[in-house]
Amino acid sequence: MNRRARAGVLAVGGVGVAFLLVAACLNLPAFGGSRHPYGARAVTVSLDRHTANTVAFLNFDPRAYDTLGEVAIMFTAVLGCVVLLRQARGEHREPPATAEVAPPVRRYALLVLPVALLTGGYVVAHGQLSPGGGFQGGVVAATALHLLYLGADYRALERIRPLAAYEAADALAVFAYLAVGLAALFGGAAFLTNSLLPYGEFNTLASGGTVPLLNAAVGVEVTCAVVVLLARFLEQTVEIEG
Amino acid sequence: MAEPLIAVVLVLVAGTATAAVLTRDPVRQALVLSVLGVDLAVLFTVLQAPDVALSQLAVGSALTPLLIMLTVRTVGRKSGRKSGRK
Repeated sequence: MNRRARAGVLAVGGVGVAFLLVAACLNLPAFGGSRHPYGARAVTVSLDRHTANTVAFLNFDPRAYDTLGEVAIMFTAVLGCVVLLRQARGEHREPPATAEVAPPVRRYALLVLPVALLTGGYVVAHGQLSPGGGFQGGVVAATALHLLYLGADYRALERIRPLAAYEAADALAVFAYLAVGLAALFGGAAFLTNSLLPYGEFNTLASGGTVPLLNAAVGVEVTCAVVVLLARFLEQTVEIEG
Repeated sequence: MAEPLIAVVLVLVAGTATAAVLTRDPVRQALVLSVLGVDLAVLFTVLQAPDVALSQLAVGSALTPLLIMLTVRTVGRKSGRKSGRK
């Protein structure tokens, strides 16, 4: 069919979608307000499980199975990058020259590095208590590490970043997530059910049952995955010559 | 009561997003995307979603621009070398 006929078919489809979209939007609750049906239900159950951060509760308790999928997606994505960004035939590795860094940049990076790393660790550790969690804290910690590349040079970064260890830890973290899920089976409950551990005292580090365990596993997985990902990108940029 | 603030931040996000789309140079676009990440983090914070705001800060402002810059640098080096070889 010609361009005009195609446009006609598209227009019919578009009108249908537009109608449905407007109809759906007219049925939405008003913007803002202090009560939301999903929010009310989630907070109630979250408090029953002594988990202060409702978002972390949702991620690692009722939606723990879905989060397992997310962890697998991240692992697979990084695996794909590692395969694609490896050293190819005809390419060779050259150690990069020592880089000159302006003193203010160096001072800033070395000053902020420990603070940023600590912030990342804190965000992971308090995943079930305050905003943030394994994913957010993991990304913060991983990117914090690369301040060393900005403030010193690539060699300094390489020295404190043994890739094999990070790759192993990445895989182990995914396995740990699975192990916590399987442990629930041995306790007579369904896979990834939050029933193994006591829920503890509300708003303490040891509250929420298995939520902090899964959160920690995700924290380690995301940290290692991002480090490995950036390592491959940096390697392509700095070391590999074609 | 926070609606004026939300409106202002929404306009800011729309403006920055438009700037990101209109910037055609990948290097400059990476920088604009970083600013967009910060704006989105502010928006999510104002909308009372601090978990998402933190994700946006970590990934949108730091990680994504860094990956873009490294990619641009790698591609630039390799294409430069090939043309030099010719």
